[in-house]
Amino acid sequence: MYSLRDQACVTGVGETAYMRGSIKNAFELQLEASLKACSDAGLKPSEIDGVIPIGIVSGTAEDFIDNLGITDLRFSALIPHGGASPVMALQCAASAIAMGVCKHILITFGRNVSAASNKAGARIHNMPQFHYVTEFEYPIGSIAPAQIYAPMATRHMELYGTTVAQFGAVAVACRTHALLNDNAVMKKPITLEDHFNSRMISDPFRLLDCSLESDGGAAIIVSAAPIAKDMKQPVVYISGVAEGHPDSPGSITQRPDMTSLGIAKASHRAFEMAGVKHADIDVVEIYDCFTYAVIRQIEDMGFCEKGEGGPFVENGRLHLDGDLPTNTHGGLLSQAHVWGLNHVVELTRQLRGQGGRAQVRDAKIGLVSGYGDLGDGAVAIMRKG
Amino acid sequence: MTIIEKPLPIPNALSQPYWDAAHQGRLVLQCCASCNTVRHYPRLLCTQCYSDQYTWQESLAKGKIHSWTVAHHAFHVAFKEDLPYTLVTVDLNEGVRAMGVWRSAQQPQIGMPVQGKFLLSEGRADLQFNVLASS
Repeated sequence: MYSLRDQACVTGVGETAYMRGSIKNAFELQLEASLKACSDAGLKPSEIDGVIPIGIVSGTAEDFIDNLGITDLRFSALIPHGGASPVMALQCAASAIAMGVCKHILITFGRNVSAASNKAGARIHNMPQFHYVTEFEYPIGSIAPAQIYAPMATRHMELYGTTVAQFGAVAVACRTHALLNDNAVMKKPITLEDHFNSRMISDPFRLLDCSLESDGGAAIIVSAAPIAKDMKQPVVYISGVAEGHPDSPGSITQRPDMTSLGIAKASHRAFEMAGVKHADIDVVEIYDCFTYAVIRQIEDMGFCEKGEGGPFVENGRLHLDGDLPTNTHGGLLSQAHVWGLNHVVELTRQLRGQGGRAQVRDAKIGLVSGYGDLGDGAVAIMRKG
Repeated sequence: MTIIEKPLPIPNALSQPYWDAAHQGRLVLQCCASCNTVRHYPRLLCTQCYSDQYTWQESLAKGKIHSWTVAHHAFHVAFKEDLPYTLVTVDLNEGVRAMGVWRSAQQPQIGMPVQGKFLLSEGRADLQFNVLASS
C-alpha cells in the first residue's frame, strides 16, 4: 500500500511576536510569519507553489498569490477544523506533495482576538460547525469552549478519579517551559497552589486550566523530501500523520462517549505509518486548549490506558527532564494560542536541535497533536533526518 | 441603559417543530418513520436506515444526569446575574441527550434521576431539569 511516510518534510518555520493588543490584523500577521518561514527555509516567497491557509477568517489562496508574488500556485486547500487544522494540514500537504502535485506548501495561521467583536464567546457562534451548540445550548448559557468542554472533564473526573492537581500538573509543566521561551506571553512561574487558587471559570476549569487568547501569526513550509535534503535547514520528516473525527462531531452533548476524542481513531494510524512505538517518542507537543485536553489526548493516543491520564501527568513526567517532555514552548496555555501551529513550529525546532533553552537532549522522534472545534483530532509523528 | 438580552435560538426548517412544541411546554424528539430510531439534535437523515421521513415524538423529559458544569464566569453579559449557574447534560429515557439549566439545590451526580420542563417567558423556552422525586 502507498504510504505518506517520509514523503514530505517541514523545511521552514516562522512566527510573529505573540501578544495581546497587536495593531496588525490576522492576514498581516500571517504574511509576516510566512515571510519568516520562507527566509528560514531559504526559499523565495514566489517559489511557494501550494498554500493551505488555516481557518476561514484570514487570507485566501488568492491573497497569498497577490502578496507573495506566487506565479504558479498549483495547490490550495482550506481545512476548517479549528485547532486540529494545522496537523490535518500536514496530512493534506504530504498527500499533495507525495502525488507530485506541488513542491513547497505554505501552511499559515494568524489571528487578532483583541477586537471586542472577536471574543471567544461570540466568535464560535458564527462558525457553522457549532450550529447545534448555537441553537440548543448557547441560549441557556453554554457559550464559550470552557463551558462547552467542561462536561467532558467533569465526567472524566467522576468516572476515573482525575484530580484538580493533575490538571494543575499540566498547567505547571507548560508554564515552566514558557519561562524558557522568549516568545512566550506568560512570564511568571506558577505552582500547583497557584493553579488551585485561580478563579473558577466553568467548573472544573479554573483560569489556569484555560489557554490564552493571543494575537499572532505562525507559518510553516512543507516540501518534497528529495528537495528538502538540499535546502537550508536540517531535515525533519513527516513520518506518520492522520486525522480522526469523534462520533457526533457537532455536539459533545450527543456523543456516545463524551470523553472520547477524534484523535483516538487517528493515533494508531500515525504510529503505524511512522513505524514507531510510544517508547520511541522523545518529545511531544500536545494541543492544550485546556489542561484536561492534554490528559485526555495522552490516553486517546495510547501513552497510557483510558482513565490513567491523570496519574500519568504527575511527578514531573511532562517536564523537560521527565519521561515525556511536553509542550516545550509553553503551549497554548502559556506561550500563545495560534491554533497549535506553534506546536508544529516547536516540534520542528526541537528535531532540528534549535530548541534553545528548552531543547530536549538528543530529540530524534517527536509527536504533535491537534484538537479542534468539538473534538476533531489529528496527530503527526516527525523525525530528524 | 441598553439591556442586552440572552441569545435566542434561531430555528431552521428542520428544527422549527421542536421549538414550536417547546413554546407549548412540550419536549419533542425526532423519530425515524421507517425504523423508529429516535435522534437528537435534529438531523435530515436517520443514520440507522438513511430514511429522511420522521415524526416528532413527545418525550416525558425524564432521564438521568450524564454530566454537568457550573458556570462562574459570564462569557455573555446577559448571564452575569445568573452566576453561578449549573448546566446539566441528561441521558433521556428515549436514548438521546439534552442539556438544560439545573434547578435543584442538590449537587448533581452521575445517574441522578431528573425531570425536565421548559421554563416559558417572553418568547423564550428554556429547558430546565430538577431532581425527580422518588415515587
